[in-house]
Amino acid sequence: MKGYNFAYLDEQTKRMIRRALLKAVAIPGHQVPFGSREMPLPYGWGTGGIQVTAAVLGEADVLKVIDQGADDTTNAVSIRRFFGRTAGVATTTHTTEATVIQTRHRIPEVALREDQIIVYQVPQPEPLSKLEPSRAETRRMHGLAEYGAMHVKLYEDITRFGHVAISYDYPVMVNGRYLMAPSPIPAFDNPKMHMMPALQLFGAGREQRIYAVPPWTAVRSLDFEDHPFRTTRAPHACGLCGAADSYLDEVVTDDRGGRLFVCSDTDFCEGRRAAGHLGSEAGAETGTDMAAE
Amino acid sequence: MADETLLSARGLSLSFGAIPALVGVDADLWPGEVLAVVGESGSGKTTLLNVLSGRMAPHSGVTWYRDPEGVLHDVHAMPMPALRALHRSDWGFVHQNPRDSLRMGVTAGGNVGERLMAQGMRHYGRIRAEAIDWLRQVEIDADRVDHLPRTFSGGMLQRLQIARTLVTHPRLVFMDEPTGGLDVSVQARLLDLIRGLVARLDIAVVLVTHDLAVARLLAHRIMVMQRGVVVETGLTDQVLDDPQHPYTQLLVSSVLQA
Amino acid sequence: MLRTEGLEKQFVLHLRGGLRLPVLAHVDLHVAAGECVALVGPSGAGKSTLLRALYGNYHADAGRILVRHEGALVDIAAAAPRTVVRVRADTLGYVSQFLRVVPRVPALDIVADAARGVSREQAREMAAALLLRLHIPARMHALPPATFSGGEQQRVNLARGFIGGHPVLLLDEPTASLDAARADIVVDMIAEAKQNGAAIVGIFHDVAVRDRVADRLHHVTPLQDAA
Repeated sequence: MKGYNFAYLDEQTKRMIRRALLKAVAIPGHQVPFGSREMPLPYGWGTGGIQVTAAVLGEADVLKVIDQGADDTTNAVSIRRFFGRTAGVATTTHTTEATVIQTRHRIPEVALREDQIIVYQVPQPEPLSKLEPSRAETRRMHGLAEYGAMHVKLYEDITRFGHVAISYDYPVMVNGRYLMAPSPIPAFDNPKMHMMPALQLFGAGREQRIYAVPPWTAVRSLDFEDHPFRTTRAPHACGLCGAADSYLDEVVTDDRGGRLFVCSDTDFCEGRRAAGHLGSEAGAETGTDMAAE
Repeated sequence: MADETLLSARGLSLSFGAIPALVGVDADLWPGEVLAVVGESGSGKTTLLNVLSGRMAPHSGVTWYRDPEGVLHDVHAMPMPALRALHRSDWGFVHQNPRDSLRMGVTAGGNVGERLMAQGMRHYGRIRAEAIDWLRQVEIDADRVDHLPRTFSGGMLQRLQIARTLVTHPRLVFMDEPTGGLDVSVQARLLDLIRGLVARLDIAVVLVTHDLAVARLLAHRIMVMQRGVVVETGLTDQVLDDPQHPYTQLLVSSVLQA
Repeated sequence: MLRTEGLEKQFVLHLRGGLRLPVLAHVDLHVAAGECVALVGPSGAGKSTLLRALYGNYHADAGRILVRHEGALVDIAAAAPRTVVRVRADTLGYVSQFLRVVPRVPALDIVADAARGVSREQAREMAAALLLRLHIPARMHALPPATFSGGEQQRVNLARGFIGGHPVLLLDEPTASLDAARADIVVDMIAEAKQNGAAIVGIFHDVAVRDRVADRLHHVTPLQDAA
């Protein structure tokens, strides 16, 4: 820890971010601008999430970092080490043990609790960005809750594909008021955001925006009455733990077309296997079989 | 026709620097009535349209709009959310260039359905059925509902814009040279369509055009503008056949007779 | 049904240095229900101008043009434009010399659109019957009249003027382009309209036709140029 302030950022910056967070919590789903700092990792690697984590982390916290559900990928390992070194906090890979979870593109399978905070890394905080290029205009649309254009996008999907073809970053209405980008989590995870007991914080470093969903807040995925929102997952059971209700990654196992479907949430999968659940491919050695850190 | 005006403007004035665009303009519009505003380029007719529709604020003067419940609203003092909501519901705006209002990357059905979705309709099947019905009303084949506007001709684009505007059954539609930029043969078809829809749906229209023939065929009343001033106003055929003001006489006598 | 008091009309040609052309002065015309009054006078005397002024198509400079509309008298010379629109829709019919319509509309629709107080289907039936009576064959009903001959266009125009059964009818040379047989039909239609109580003012170039339909003549005399 020598040479660094606690959790890397200076106290003034953390205070500025906390003020933005308080405002974000007060207006669920509303994007609050903040003075994003240069961080010792590139944009797109979680500069927004890492600043939010730094601002909320206390000495007693236990941190978990996941990237696409996995605790053992480069990004997750690096960020976990970063806070281990600059804040000296305890880290874990177990969802149930963590008090702060920083995530890129997933929500853990295990339901989160009121004493936990989940921090999302967000590349594009503006859900209307693809429909309306002007920032001034999207701000106005949010201000007036004019979200008809977003439904036009869903209408077009149903017209072309027979269903809404948004598989990740599926837009949601927060508390019946603000349209929000849930970050590129799979649409499969959207229902977990609804009435979640944990505090949900979102940080976009390059775009300099922070937003939040307080605990127990309604989060609805946009849909039509006759085309209700539905989650999809690969029609398989996890090859390792046999789970039939978790979100799966497809892993290519050899150069002869062999493939394996495994839980994207590695901690969840490990927990199930430790409890004795076994999938059809259990025992097969794969790259996702994780080694203890 | 009801006796209360739908839209009433008094003393509208606006200038761009030293150039007067509107000078003390009064205007009234009753429900179901078509009012043409004619004049040359720079006469202020498009500025008047923008001011009456609340898209621009005058330097002085007032515009009153009566909502379906009979409540009067000062158009220029309305909060922006209310004005924008009005433009999506009881009002419509038809631009000369349909590309200014249509979403070119969205299917015809999506374009027509947008105002319904903006009003909160959330049933895909019903939105699509309404869109098909409106395409039919503007004489576009129902099987074009899933096509992108960029595959449409100029006349079809303009009809699509009209369908997109009328889908919420507005009582008041502002039209800026709706037949401008179209081939003559296409113009005739569009004129007939607009005339029929306006009469059948009892829509009030403020129509800006430089084409006196268009004004004659569509409008009940006419306002002639010159340098921001309304120089003559009255029954369309009376103003065109027996113009009183020197400028109107010049305008009428300058038209080529086919 | 129709009465003028001290009607005056002059044209001021601003493009010719404000040249003044007085056309009508002290016109006092009175037409009762079921009566047909023919305007007579030399060419250029202002017959057409008077007829157009009665319709509100020309601006009257002085005097009153009173029309009984829905039980009350309306002064066409002073009424608000939208009142004139209503009077024209329900009371005051006009058959001009030339047909002026949206180019693409079929003849049948042009006529049917002018019908009053009936359903769309009824209007189309009435229009078809009227066109047939005027010897416009059924195969032409679906065509826009732009390509019709002058006589055919005039008959479409007549059908349009008569279908509404307006209580006051203004006819500007209704038989000008018609042969004797066709003109007879128009004479019959005018007689029927009178029987139904219509007050009619017309200009008839054909003296024989005029003598058959007119109950009275109203002389229009040329004024001296006062320029």
